[in-house]
Amino acid sequence: MANDESQPGADAPAGGFVQLLTPDGERVDSVTTAEGVTYSVDFTDDEYRGLYRDLVTVRRLDTEATALQRQGELGIWASLLGQEAAQVGSGRALRPQDMAFPTYREHGVLYTRGIDPIMPFGLFRGVDQGGWDPNEFKFNLYTIVIGSQTLHATGYAMGVTMDGKTGGPDGEAVIAYFGDGATSQGEVNEAFVWSGVFNAPIVFFCQNNQYAISEPLERQTRIPLHRRADGYGFPGVRIDGNDVLATYAVTRAALDNARHGQGPTLIEAYTYRMGAHTSSDDPTRYRIASEVESWKAKDPISRLKAFLTKQQLADDTFFTEVDESARTLALDLRERVLAMPDPQPVTLFDNVYPTGSPEVDAQRRQFAEYQASFEGSAH
Amino acid sequence: MSRIKEFTLPDLGEGLTEGEILAWLVKVGDTIELNQPIVEVETAKAAVEIPAKWAGVVTRIFHEAGSTVEVGAPIVAIDTDPSAGPLPAGDPAPSAPAGFDGPVPSAESLAAVQVAPAEGAVEPGLIGGPAPGGRTAVLVGYGPRTVTAKRRARIGTPTASPTAAPATPPAAASAALTAVPAVPAPAPAPPADPVRATGPVLAKPPVRKLAKDLGVDLRALAGSGPLGSVTREDVHAAAAALAAPAPAAVNGRAPAPAVFDASREQRIPIKGVRKLTAENMVASAFTAPHVTEFLTVDVTRSMKSLERLKSSPEFRDVRISPLLLVAKAVLLAIKRHPMVNSTWSGPTNEIVVKEYVNLGIAAATERGLIVPNVKDAGRLSLRELAEALNGLVQVAKSGKTPPSDMSGGTFSITNVGVFGVDTGTPILPPGESAILAFGAIRPTPWVHKGKIKVRQVTTLGLSFDHRIVDGELGSKFLRDVGRFLEDPEGALLAWT
Repeated sequence: MANDESQPGADAPAGGFVQLLTPDGERVDSVTTAEGVTYSVDFTDDEYRGLYRDLVTVRRLDTEATALQRQGELGIWASLLGQEAAQVGSGRALRPQDMAFPTYREHGVLYTRGIDPIMPFGLFRGVDQGGWDPNEFKFNLYTIVIGSQTLHATGYAMGVTMDGKTGGPDGEAVIAYFGDGATSQGEVNEAFVWSGVFNAPIVFFCQNNQYAISEPLERQTRIPLHRRADGYGFPGVRIDGNDVLATYAVTRAALDNARHGQGPTLIEAYTYRMGAHTSSDDPTRYRIASEVESWKAKDPISRLKAFLTKQQLADDTFFTEVDESARTLALDLRERVLAMPDPQPVTLFDNVYPTGSPEVDAQRRQFAEYQASFEGSAH
Repeated sequence: MSRIKEFTLPDLGEGLTEGEILAWLVKVGDTIELNQPIVEVETAKAAVEIPAKWAGVVTRIFHEAGSTVEVGAPIVAIDTDPSAGPLPAGDPAPSAPAGFDGPVPSAESLAAVQVAPAEGAVEPGLIGGPAPGGRTAVLVGYGPRTVTAKRRARIGTPTASPTAAPATPPAAASAALTAVPAVPAPAPAPPADPVRATGPVLAKPPVRKLAKDLGVDLRALAGSGPLGSVTREDVHAAAAALAAPAPAAVNGRAPAPAVFDASREQRIPIKGVRKLTAENMVASAFTAPHVTEFLTVDVTRSMKSLERLKSSPEFRDVRISPLLLVAKAVLLAIKRHPMVNSTWSGPTNEIVVKEYVNLGIAAATERGLIVPNVKDAGRLSLRELAEALNGLVQVAKSGKTPPSDMSGGTFSITNVGVFGVDTGTPILPPGESAILAFGAIRPTPWVHKGKIKVRQVTTLGLSFDHRIVDGELGSKFLRDVGRFLEDPEGALLAWT
C-alpha cells in the first residue's frame, strides 16, 4: 500500500521501472536504467494535449463498446480499460513505415494507426471478419489465438532485414503486442529465440496486466517478465505502462534501435486490466477489491490531466471539449455498429482466393441453390 | 416505429440461456439516459450491470428482482419519446422484440421444426456435444446453450403447425418428424441394492466426481450408458433416492440445518468471502510475526460516561455503544504512539507511518467476515464517529459495503465481546500493524480502592506485527487504551 506516490517510482514493483510521469502528475526529467540507458521525452504543448485527447478518446470508445455488449449488440468485447497509456504511448511511438501485430485488445493502437474505430466491430458483432488492409495501415489483423502473432511478427521482421530495409533512420521496425499470459506460450518463446539469433528488427511489447484471464502473474513467472530477455540475448526493459510518456520514450528508442539494425528488445509495460478479461468473465471471482482500488490511484488519464493542469497547458474548456468530442465519436460509433448489416450466407465464399477459383464458384452456386430451396427464403 | 421499446435480456456471455435479475436500479416513471445502468443481472458467469439501450422514461418492468429470465425475454419497456405527450391508445408494446435486430423470420418461413439434440449422435460428454441430462459439455468461455435447434422448413416438406410448434416439447416435435430419429431418453436406472460382483465400474471421471460429491456408491448402480457405463443421470437418480427418506423431526426438535449426505459429511465449496478471508488470514499469519498481549480493565467509569452521553442532547438521536469508547481510546492512543498505525512495505524497504487512521471494524455478516473502515477517523468528533460506526455496521449487514470501504484500513477493532467471549488473539488484516480485540463486559469481583467490589470488567487483546512494534511499544499502547477505558474523562484531561 504505497501512500507517498509523489516520489517517482514509489508505486513501482520490486526492481523498479522507467517512469517519466508519476501517478500524481509530476514530471520526471529523465530516467537512467542500471544498464546506463537514459530515457526522456521532449514534447511540445500540443503534443502533450494530443496524447491526452488520444487517451480519453480510446477510453470513451471502449466504454461504448462495453455498453453495446451488455445491450446484446456485440457477442463479446475485450476491454482495454486501464491499458490506454501502454497502447497510445507505444502506438504513437511507431513511425509510418513500422508494422504492428496486435492481439484482440489493441483498440488503442488501432486508433493511433489512423484506422476507423468501427473496423474491428464486425468481428465482435459477428457479422464479418472485421478486416482492414494490413498493408495499407501497417497494422495486422486482430489475432485471437494467444501469442501466435509474435511468430508472424518475427517472420515479417526477418523479411524486413532480408529486403535490406534496416540500417538507418528510415529503416523499418516491427512491434508485436502480447500479454503476460502469452509469455507462457511456446510461440512467444520461439519468437524470442528466432528474433534473437536472426537479430530481427522487432520490439516485443508485453502489456503485463497482471492476469492471464484469472491466473495471476506469480503463476506465470518466477522472475520479472522483462528479465526473460536476458536468456534470449537481447535487452529487456520494464516501464510504467500507465505512464504514456515513459511508454512513448522507451518504445520509440527500442524501435529506433531495431530500425538501425540493433536487433530486438522486450518491453514489459507494467499495467493493470481494470475490467474483465472479456465481457464473458467476472473478475471479482479472482481479484480482491483492494487491489483494484490501489490501481485506480495509478490511472493513466488522471495523471496526465493533473500534469496538464499543474503546468497550465490546458484548462477546463479544453478538458470539456475533449470529453465532448470523444462522446460524439462514441455515439457515432454506436449508430454505425447498430446499422451494420447482417451477413448473407453466400458471402462465406468471398475472399477465399484473391482472384477467385472455379471450384469455389461452383460451391457458391450449389450453396445458393440449396438456400433457395427453403420456404420464404429471402436470400 | 413504436415509441415504446422493449429491451430483451441479451446473451451476456457467449451462449448463456438465462439470467437472474438481482436488482433494478430504476423504477417505472424514471427518466433515464442512454447507457445509464438500469439493472443488475447475474448469469452463470458473472453479475453485471446492464446499461440502458435508449434514453427515455421507464414504462414497465416485466420481472421483479429475484426472478430468473430467459435470454430473449423482454425485461423493461422504455418510452423513447416522452416529450411527445401522452401515449396514443394504439401504441402498445411493439410486436417484435425491439432488442433483436437480426433478421426476424416470418412465422410461415419459420415452421419451427424443433430438433432435440439427439443423445448418442455425438459421443456424450464431448466438448461442445450434448451431454446426458440436457447439459452441454463446456470447456472454457462458452456457456451451456441447451436450446433446441430451429430449422426452416424445406419447400414442399410437410411440417408441424407453426402455432403449436414453439410450445411442443422437443421429444414430441422430433417424433412428428420422421427425418429425425427420435432417440428415447435413457431411463434412469433404479437404485439397485445388490453391489455388482464383477469387474470395475465404467464411468467417466466427471461422473465419478459427481458421485463422490453426492455420496453415491457407483458400484451399487446399474449403468444406463454405452457399454453399461454409469451416466450423470444415473447418479442424480440414485442421489435423489438417497435423499428421499428425509429424517422426520424428532420430538418437535428442528432438524439440523446442515444437509449431510450418506457419508455424514457436508461439502461446502470454498469461495467468495470465505475464500478471501482465508487467503488474507493465511497471508497475514505467515508474513507478519504476531504477538498478542492482554489487559483486563475495569470499565465501570466508561459505562457511566456512556450513560451520561446517552442522556446528553448532542447524542439524543444516535445509537452509542461501548465500541464507541473503545474506538475513541484507540484513536487517542494512536496519537500518542503513531508507529502502531503503520505498514511494513517490503518492496520499498520502508515502514510507512500514517498520520490518518482508517479505523476498521470487523463485522460478521451473512456473507462472512468483512472489515470495512471509517476513513480518517481521527478527524471526526465523537458524534461523527458514532454515526460513522453505526453506518458502517448497518451497510455491512445489508451486504452492500462498497469495495472502497474495505480497502485502505490502517488499524482494526474486532468486537468479539458481542458473542459473549472474553477476548481472543486476533490476526492482523494484511497491511496493518495492530488489531484490538474487545471482549464481553461482565460484572466481576474486583479490587477497587482497596476493597473487593463488583465492577464492570472487560479484557482487551492486542495483536501486533513484531517487525514494526516491539513489546515495549505494544504494551504502552495497550496500557493507554486501558487507561482511557478505566477513566475516559481523566485520560482526556491528562492527554489533551
